[in-house]
Amino acid sequence: MRSLSGTLFHSSVSNRTYFESATNMATSHSRSCLQYLLHLAQDNLDFRLPSPFWCLDGLSEEDVSSVMSRSVCAKSAFELWGHGKTHSELRTSLLSYPSENMSPFMQKDSTYRINVYTFNKTLEFADRIKRIDAMEFLPFEGTVSLKSPQHCFCLLEDYGTDPNNIPEHPNYIYFGRWIADGQRELIRSHSVKNRHFIGNTSMESGLSFIMANHAKVSENDLVFDPFVGTGSLLVACSHFRAYVCGMDIDYNTIHGRGRSSRKDQKWRGPDENIRANLRQYGTEEMYVDVMVSDASKPVWRKAALFDAIITDPPYGIRESTRRTGSHKDVTRSPDVFYAESHVPVSQAYHLSDIFTDLYSEEMVPLHPCLRLISNCEQTLSSHTSRRLITMEKIKNPEELDSLAHLADPCFSPYQGHNAFREKYFSGQNKRCGKEDSKTVVNGE
Amino acid sequence: MKLLTHNMLTSHVKGVTKGYPLLIKATEVKVNEVDFNPQFVTRMIPKLEWSALVHAAEELGQRQDLPDELVPEYENNEEFLKKVHRVLLEVEVIEGCLRCPESGREFPISRGIPNMLLNEDEV
Repeated sequence: MRSLSGTLFHSSVSNRTYFESATNMATSHSRSCLQYLLHLAQDNLDFRLPSPFWCLDGLSEEDVSSVMSRSVCAKSAFELWGHGKTHSELRTSLLSYPSENMSPFMQKDSTYRINVYTFNKTLEFADRIKRIDAMEFLPFEGTVSLKSPQHCFCLLEDYGTDPNNIPEHPNYIYFGRWIADGQRELIRSHSVKNRHFIGNTSMESGLSFIMANHAKVSENDLVFDPFVGTGSLLVACSHFRAYVCGMDIDYNTIHGRGRSSRKDQKWRGPDENIRANLRQYGTEEMYVDVMVSDASKPVWRKAALFDAIITDPPYGIRESTRRTGSHKDVTRSPDVFYAESHVPVSQAYHLSDIFTDLYSEEMVPLHPCLRLISNCEQTLSSHTSRRLITMEKIKNPEELDSLAHLADPCFSPYQGHNAFREKYFSGQNKRCGKEDSKTVVNGE
Repeated sequence: MKLLTHNMLTSHVKGVTKGYPLLIKATEVKVNEVDFNPQFVTRMIPKLEWSALVHAAEELGQRQDLPDELVPEYENNEEFLKKVHRVLLEVEVIEGCLRCPESGREFPISRGIPNMLLNEDEV
């Protein structure tokens, strides 16, 4: 059984450009007959089609540039001038490309360079030069400048996706004019490895940016994370100039206290908190607040307050899932002293219950006010995966849209037991047992 | 805790029907400078409970000359937007508590962070 974890909602109704989704790449203002080629990074493969090369029609260069200004999945984008299965097919294709589309970039007084990129194969330097020389039939009139060319062109050769079976000749070849690179650099610059404050389950920077892009987080938005943890998602959202706030039930996490998640450090330092994380990336002015609170309890007044809600809810493997409440039916007088440091008893908060509290259907949660935009699955192991679910709010809730439909029998598979945790560890034990029957797993 | 957050928070103690706005009892208040962003303030104003904001600023002694009523055509009134910006994002309660207007339940604020957790017998 597959399970759900990385989840996010979008609560504002808008027509902003939708990023990173295969079905909804961009809205274009001026249609044109030009074709564009995206070169996608070779990670989060589950989220996309198998090939790293993706041809797009019906877009303008502004559309492509705007996608590249946000995408952490795409490496580069090109205006596609020609393509084919062989070099001679490419040549025919390039020769039929309208010269008026080419000539502005091939003027006498301009500078240019040609790059050769091969996917799933490394070419010798001499072979790369040969490839470049073979492009001579194109009417380049400018001067070559390797250091600071005005125009960049690229020959891209696709040798398939199987590293054990690399063909002699490429399966497909593209040639185009470089337009823009994506934001891959953000993954490195925001890596949790160098982040001031982290926890055991801090969301990696790449996925955090993908989630912020799915939620269309933009300048001057107000974004909320109900399971904020160490604030990885808020870091990504604040980079896109959104104001951010979050809550978490864990007092130590919110106050940046307790044991450190770093292996060479036992306790957290005095300023290890979410605000300091934003400060590290120069976005502290986007920080609104974080608080200690239970996301299953309503602390916000009823109004459309946030532009996006983006979260990675707990699923109880590396961090436990807790909410306030007791196993016993305690009745105590309400005039007890509420010490600042009082930590209420928390009870196990099973994934099954999180479904019923936060979502409203079994695998892909549905709600009358939310429209499913995308559902991306990330495989974690042979028997588990998590999903990134994006929904857009399409109307305000009415009486009829209350949680009555939660009584639906489709919830029964999850009820009363911590299904995902059990499944996870049973699979783990079974698999380890098969691979190495002598290994003692989990002290058994 | 900033007053933008306070403006959105309610008491969720069991049985409480009028848990808004929470009263603020502050023992330490700070004013931290934040870059003025008129677009964001303009976007937030329609989402605010104006009287709750004015009252909260008053409780903290930070009202200055914030008017009782929202001024018309505030979008183009930079002076007014700056006042709203100050109370929304710059004034922060560092130590104190939030008090439920109906039940009297107090939610502590320490090091600028409110603790909204209820005890097991209150949920």
